[in-house]
Amino acid sequence: MTAAAAARGRPAGHHLTPARVLARIGFYVLIAIFVIASLFPFYWIVITSLKSQSDLNQGTTSLLPGHITWGSYSFDLTQTSATGLNFGQTLLNSAIVALSATAVTVVLAVLSGYAISRTRIRGKGPVLAFVLLAGFFPPLAMAGPLFLAYRHLGLLNNYLALIITYMIYTLPLATWFLANFFSQLPRQLEEAATVDGATRLQALRRVILPIAVPGVFTVAILGFILAWNDFTFALSFMETPNKYTAPLAIYALGHTQYQTFFNRIDAAVVMITLPVALLVIFAQRRIISGLTAGALK
Amino acid sequence: MTARQEAPAGAAVTTAAPAPGPRGGRRDSMLAADRRLGYWLVAPTVIVLLAITAYPLFYNLWNSFHHDVVTSGVPATWGGVSNYQRMFTDNLFVPSLVRTLGFTVVSVAVETAVGLALALTLNRAFPGRGLVRAAVFIPWAVPTVVSAQLWKNMFDPQNGFVNYILTALHLPLAHTTWLGGTWTAWAAILVADAWRNTPFMAIILLAGLQVIPGDIYEAARIDGAGAWQAFRRLTLPLLKPALMVALIFRTLQSFLIFDVIINMTQGGPGTSTSVLSYLNYQAFLVDFDFGYGGAVAVALIVFALLIAAAYVRAFRTEQVL
Repeated sequence: MTAAAAARGRPAGHHLTPARVLARIGFYVLIAIFVIASLFPFYWIVITSLKSQSDLNQGTTSLLPGHITWGSYSFDLTQTSATGLNFGQTLLNSAIVALSATAVTVVLAVLSGYAISRTRIRGKGPVLAFVLLAGFFPPLAMAGPLFLAYRHLGLLNNYLALIITYMIYTLPLATWFLANFFSQLPRQLEEAATVDGATRLQALRRVILPIAVPGVFTVAILGFILAWNDFTFALSFMETPNKYTAPLAIYALGHTQYQTFFNRIDAAVVMITLPVALLVIFAQRRIISGLTAGALK
Repeated sequence: MTARQEAPAGAAVTTAAPAPGPRGGRRDSMLAADRRLGYWLVAPTVIVLLAITAYPLFYNLWNSFHHDVVTSGVPATWGGVSNYQRMFTDNLFVPSLVRTLGFTVVSVAVETAVGLALALTLNRAFPGRGLVRAAVFIPWAVPTVVSAQLWKNMFDPQNGFVNYILTALHLPLAHTTWLGGTWTAWAAILVADAWRNTPFMAIILLAGLQVIPGDIYEAARIDGAGAWQAFRRLTLPLLKPALMVALIFRTLQSFLIFDVIINMTQGGPGTSTSVLSYLNYQAFLVDFDFGYGGAVAVALIVFALLIAAAYVRAFRTEQVL
């Protein structure tokens, strides 16, 4: 009787019939499969990075790490190879280039996003279409001509070459996102500021930017991830190992030795993954909103 | 704003309101100043993007009609359409194009199917959904080099997971040298690509699912529609805009696949996993043949712009203004 009463108390469709229980279990199994498929490879590289070379030589014998050594991490960070490759240095190079590219992206996209959404310039449609189209340009098709241009300008093997070229990854998305973001802010704010005697640029800096911080933050995080992840342009423009970025260093570690040292490569892989993984964990919503802003319209 | 509504009543009009007579001149100059500011602000973005897209485009076009091997020290000479002729007869370009198209179709199909399943799963409420979403989303944020290296490790015959688990479960293919054979190498490449990019597909589709109002399903259920019917007749049509965006993005990126190829197989064994971007890389940065490389680049750009044109059509620029 109490069971029947309880069942009646629940909204319709929540009866725990065997079929429903099975469906629930199947649903959670599906979730488990997705999570394991996403995360297990990370587990595998972490335990491989903690193995010694002699353990690796014996092949895979267990799913557990066994004897743990941090030797590969200290090797990567302290040792410089005969070719002049030091992974710690390349991490630093990546950080410099990605952070600079992010800063430039934010400045350019704030200005152009503001112009597109808040001034009455002609040709907004064509400008936006061009910016969008630029984001579709094949990186490899650009690599050759830009290689020659940078060589001519003396910018090969120079951070600047990467910072400029990374705009192709970051600027289209950033401009679109910020143009859209600014257009949703109330117009009265800056009108009030300009009536009070501020110039437009002052109004942008003192009134619009402070309330646009979340949008700017989104653009900065996405820009950093996109710049951090580049491989193609670093391969094209950076010639000496002391100027490599971290992804290029991983490629070099995997292809310039007689023997593949999976533990050392995987330690590098773990170190390069950590910053972006943390960004996803702590700024998931922001990243997703930045990526989907376009898709939702 | 209110000033405009009150305008007929009196002369207390803000500068933003339309006013005839001598004030028209001031309004025009304000508009001109506004436009001038706008052009100055938008210029840096447009100039930077033009420099890194239009310049390579025209340089490639020019070069593709010349013989120009940069390291030879010989100045470029007119070559007519010979680079294009070479492209279609040299047994490198056409097979690479076919492989690229084949990979694009298969990878986009796989990623769409799995991504849709993942999105539908994440669209249901369950405890810990935020954590699960973060977990499945992480692969998208890692560098492509990482996904390639990670799966190269997973598929390694000695230190990999794949052969270990196949052996443990007494399954076939346990002793496969995955990157040593054409089809097994493609399988490994597909896994590496799908593992990193399916989350992107899922996130876009999930955003599309979340704007579908829930009560239409209620109405459909009352009308007697089953789950499959509701999915086919309601979910899929309403998901179409998001699906289009995700499809076009993924199609383009799949078509341009490079990082995974060079890191996992370097186009091998032989040239059996060489794709268009890899061919272009070899022409430009291994052979320094900017004539032939230019022709391959022009082909890449044409394909990419065709895909982009479809995207711009689907996206409709006006909506942001």
